Amino acid sequence: MTESMWRNVVRHHLFWPAAILVTLLLVNLPFTPGFFAIHVRNGHLYGSLVSILIFGTPLILVAIGMTLVIATGGIDLSVGAVMAIAGAIACWYIDRQSDQSSVVGVLVAVVLALAACSVLGLWNGFLVARIGVQPIIATLILMVAGRGIAQLITGGFIITVQSKPYSTIGGYIWVVPTGVLIAAVAVTSMATLTRRTALGLLVESVGGNAEASRLAGIRSRRIKIIVYVLCAVFAGIAGLMNSSNLSNADANNAGLWIELDAILAVVIGGTPLTGGRFSIGGTVLGALILQTLKTTIFTIGIPSQANMVFEAAVVITVCLIQSPAFRARVMAPFRRRRPPPPATPVRVETTETPAEVAS
Amino acid sequence: MAEQPPVLRMTGISKRFTAVRALSEVDFRLFPGEIHALLGENGAGKSTLIKVLTGVYSRDAGTVELEGQPVEITSPHHAQQLGISTVYQEVNLCPNLTVAENIFLGRELTSAGKTISWRKTRRTAQSLVARFGLDIDVGLPLQSYPLAVQQLVAIVRAVGPADAQTKVLILDEPTSSLDREEVLTLFSVMRRLREEGVAIVFVSHFLEQIYEICDRITVLRNGERVGEHPVSELDRVALVRLMLGRELRGLDALAEADRAEPDKTVLLASGVGRRGSIAPFDLKLRSREVVGLAGLLGSGRTELARLLFGADQADTGTIEVNGAPASIHGPPDAIGKGIAFCSENRRTEGLVPDLTVRENIILALQASRGWTRPLSRTQVDKLAAQYIKALDIRPSDPETKASALSGGNQQKVVLARWLITAPKLLILDEPTRGIDVGAKAEIQKLVARLADDGLAVLYISAELEEVLRVSHTVGVLRDRTLVAHLDNGPELTEDVIMGTIASGASGASQ
Amino acid sequence: MTTISARPTIARAGRLVRDRRLPVVVTATLFAVMFGYGSYRYSFDAQVGPNLLVNNGYLVIAAVGATFVILAGGIDLSIGSVIGFSGMLFAELVMRAHLPVPLAALVVLVTGCAGGALMGCMIHFFNVQPFIATLTGLFLFRGLSLVLSKAAISVRAPMVDSLAQYHLPLLSDTFLSTGAIVAILVALVAAYVLHLTPFGRRVYAIGGNEQSAMLMGLPVGRTKITLYAISGTCSALAGLVFVLYIQSGDPLHGIGMELDAIAAVVIGGTLLTGGAGYVLGSVLGVLVLGLIKTMISAEGTLSSWWIKIFTGVLVLIFILLQRVIAVRRA
Repeated sequence: MTESMWRNVVRHHLFWPAAILVTLLLVNLPFTPGFFAIHVRNGHLYGSLVSILIFGTPLILVAIGMTLVIATGGIDLSVGAVMAIAGAIACWYIDRQSDQSSVVGVLVAVVLALAACSVLGLWNGFLVARIGVQPIIATLILMVAGRGIAQLITGGFIITVQSKPYSTIGGYIWVVPTGVLIAAVAVTSMATLTRRTALGLLVESVGGNAEASRLAGIRSRRIKIIVYVLCAVFAGIAGLMNSSNLSNADANNAGLWIELDAILAVVIGGTPLTGGRFSIGGTVLGALILQTLKTTIFTIGIPSQANMVFEAAVVITVCLIQSPAFRARVMAPFRRRRPPPPATPVRVETTETPAEVAS
Repeated sequence: MAEQPPVLRMTGISKRFTAVRALSEVDFRLFPGEIHALLGENGAGKSTLIKVLTGVYSRDAGTVELEGQPVEITSPHHAQQLGISTVYQEVNLCPNLTVAENIFLGRELTSAGKTISWRKTRRTAQSLVARFGLDIDVGLPLQSYPLAVQQLVAIVRAVGPADAQTKVLILDEPTSSLDREEVLTLFSVMRRLREEGVAIVFVSHFLEQIYEICDRITVLRNGERVGEHPVSELDRVALVRLMLGRELRGLDALAEADRAEPDKTVLLASGVGRRGSIAPFDLKLRSREVVGLAGLLGSGRTELARLLFGADQADTGTIEVNGAPASIHGPPDAIGKGIAFCSENRRTEGLVPDLTVRENIILALQASRGWTRPLSRTQVDKLAAQYIKALDIRPSDPETKASALSGGNQQKVVLARWLITAPKLLILDEPTRGIDVGAKAEIQKLVARLADDGLAVLYISAELEEVLRVSHTVGVLRDRTLVAHLDNGPELTEDVIMGTIASGASGASQ
Repeated sequence: MTTISARPTIARAGRLVRDRRLPVVVTATLFAVMFGYGSYRYSFDAQVGPNLLVNNGYLVIAAVGATFVILAGGIDLSIGSVIGFSGMLFAELVMRAHLPVPLAALVVLVTGCAGGALMGCMIHFFNVQPFIATLTGLFLFRGLSLVLSKAAISVRAPMVDSLAQYHLPLLSDTFLSTGAIVAILVALVAAYVLHLTPFGRRVYAIGGNEQSAMLMGLPVGRTKITLYAISGTCSALAGLVFVLYIQSGDPLHGIGMELDAIAAVVIGGTLLTGGAGYVLGSVLGVLVLGLIKTMISAEGTLSSWWIKIFTGVLVLIFILLQRVIAVRRA
């Protein structure tokens, strides 16, 4: 590859996440020689890579919903609770059917669950966009109360269902894990939704400069409500997959703490927490990186307890690299310092400290 | 104000920001016990000079002497310690703390070691504000009081406490949001400080007030000091001329004869106003007509435009668009009615910095179509290329990030964004600020052509020559009031406009 | 010279609404009302009140630490993990490394302090958002707990046992535990620092307007780092108190406690945006949350998930109240 081609590849925003993912995967090879092998067993695809995909799909789903919310400068801590509620509603409905394996019944259950998730998303969006509550707190409320609601629906029990159609959601269709198919559809539809309509552009604009977006005629409130609804719906799908996989609804443990992983996946994938440009592909890679990390730690033989420490290390590194202040201090000797910005009348810039500016 | 040595002497100050020369060998003298006005339009350098003095910026060249001793001011905190205090327009205090707490923040009155004595604090603060003529309860949060009082509290903080030792007090546009009563109070406080020997730098745009309170005036223009005079020796017209200056430009005049006649009324504003922002005004904007708005910075030009666009909400008055009453609650309403607004703050209110030029250009058009009806990629590319070419935006790659463009090109991008929406009324706020001479002429010609084709234009600019060149009529603003609406006939010259701006009037500051 | 008499811009009634102490008064009233109703319905005995402190002392300490950080406009998501880690570390030091109890406690406190300071540095020097920086802390400390031990470690040391069982008798047969006493002390010290020292003023100033605080010459960076160090220390102390309560160190302890702490702070009237709030409010917030738990278990028939729902609803009400007050102020 020529010099400039190489530079173009490296500069691509997906390069570093992809590189990290590939490196992580390769690290597994010495420990598990057959790591990259995929075979068909019992009519299903099997293999380490397949496992990573299967275990990672709920996170992928939640994370892509989260990406849009973060892109508008917000955050959604309630996705785990929403997952639990979705599973709870679906299992509650199926449980009440005389024929739990009726396809119609399962379909209704799914529709009910997702409709409920949309309402929850509307609620979050309303609090944030119309009332003006900080996203952290607005979604914290649903995070806490939502688990309670889920338990209310299941009556405190773990509802178990025996439904073949329902279990396919978390099982296999032909050789391919359904989850992977669903995730693929979800990712493509999100990508289509954001890039084939103007939604992506408007979201990036609102997150990038809210005031300029307002003056340009963008209806920011509407956009924000839409992204919270989408986030909740995607979380609902993830919840259904989860619940179908286990054929039960566990209000306490479904999706527990997945919001934190989702936020990390988004950040690792290159979408800044402050909002603006987002990358669905980056988020997918970020989610896969987190999942692969867990697998790699296991394969290498590091006790799984160390998972979180490694995740913390990865996140710190990514955040520091993303921080301009860090890059300036650490890479300063290797780069000419940026000159201070031109004078603006009257106002002191809020982002600079006097020490930084007086250089 | 006798012949004492200056308490502050700045000599040969120069400051450069990459390509921009903000200050060029500026001298500034300040004597103890005087109130000294520092004037200049946007980009003249006065805020840079203040920031150099207060340690926010470092200077490239020149010396600063305080009471005869050369000093190096490294930070705002250092400046304060040296006795240079600043009260900013936005009152940089903490609104959630009480008046007394704000006065003593950072130098709390303690008893028995590190424990704050609230009684002492309250009592001392109360007597301090009383000495400044303020009868307020210092135990209430600062935000309970109007801005005028908050500013006075900021002054009390700067000069009141025993250890304050302020020699130089800089007041940065202190009267912008005050009504007449409050201004008088501020002035009496300032006079009292003057008697005590404090030197005050008064930065303001309100000419009347400058003549009322100041002793001397320094005028900056384009980074240079163009004059330092006692107030008594400089009349208003001469002052305005110093500030706006005359600049030679190699631009050809737009042919008068080719201009079309104004047509139907697009927008009629009656009694539209907003408290604290602009006094109620009437304005008629017709298609094929360019109405210019002239006035000094701070006179309310932008505020007027924002009201028409719905960027701010009007308190009074009605607006009719194309003959029908229109309720404009926000930008989407205005845009729906065919009004476009190109803000003067392209960085904070115009561009979305991380989006590309292409995306920024089609943003308003896309917003008006909603998110469900995206423009096709070919359409977008065609439009973007068309306008990049028409306005000569450089670099011409539409995928460039908007933040990477120079100021002038950024302005063109924002302009393109609005032109694409094919508006009926185009409001331009300082569209050629920071743009090179050649591009300025292009834009002015473009505006004239657009008007001829049927657009109504409201053209705001601080450069009178530009206003005169493009406008059919000129509205003149002074101190937040639309004071005149002049026909741009042969007898309307820059002098006449300057005279209208400068013409003394009594109590016209609201 | 002219004297200007400025009455504050709002009338008396309006001023009452805007009084920054109002939220705490509301919380206290809510607490009193709930307690009154509870006493009536479930015939509370005298120990129920002190038990709120006995059972939730650790959360009071954590909430106090969180209050410092939130007052300055920040947030600390690592609280729960530091609580869990501190308990774990203490158990390890005392039971496996056989350190004397006071020394082990000191080590734990210093570790919490250092962790907090580290996060504070990341936030101040590298401009990492507090949410993300402390989220990393959450992962890091939770991970370290698990690395120390996968299973719980029972703590059986004479000094710990006696501290755990110590009862300070109060009037009419009621008592306070060591944890409750520590919680009260911590709250008192915190209130003193926040209201009677220059440092406390700085905290409020930064929360009110960080830019102004900087221009007024306050050492903003140093203060912010100290705040996170304080939160870390409080979380570590809370972890120690929790060990007294549970008498073991468990890597799964403390999960989610940061949310409880933040909820308590919000219920107590402290604005999440910073600049307004009282330690007393946060303490009351914890007591309100504890009272909900008590009342629900006293009710017997209500299932435990109502705690979560009620907590969510309470936080919602307080947030809406805060918004209403904020909007009317503007």
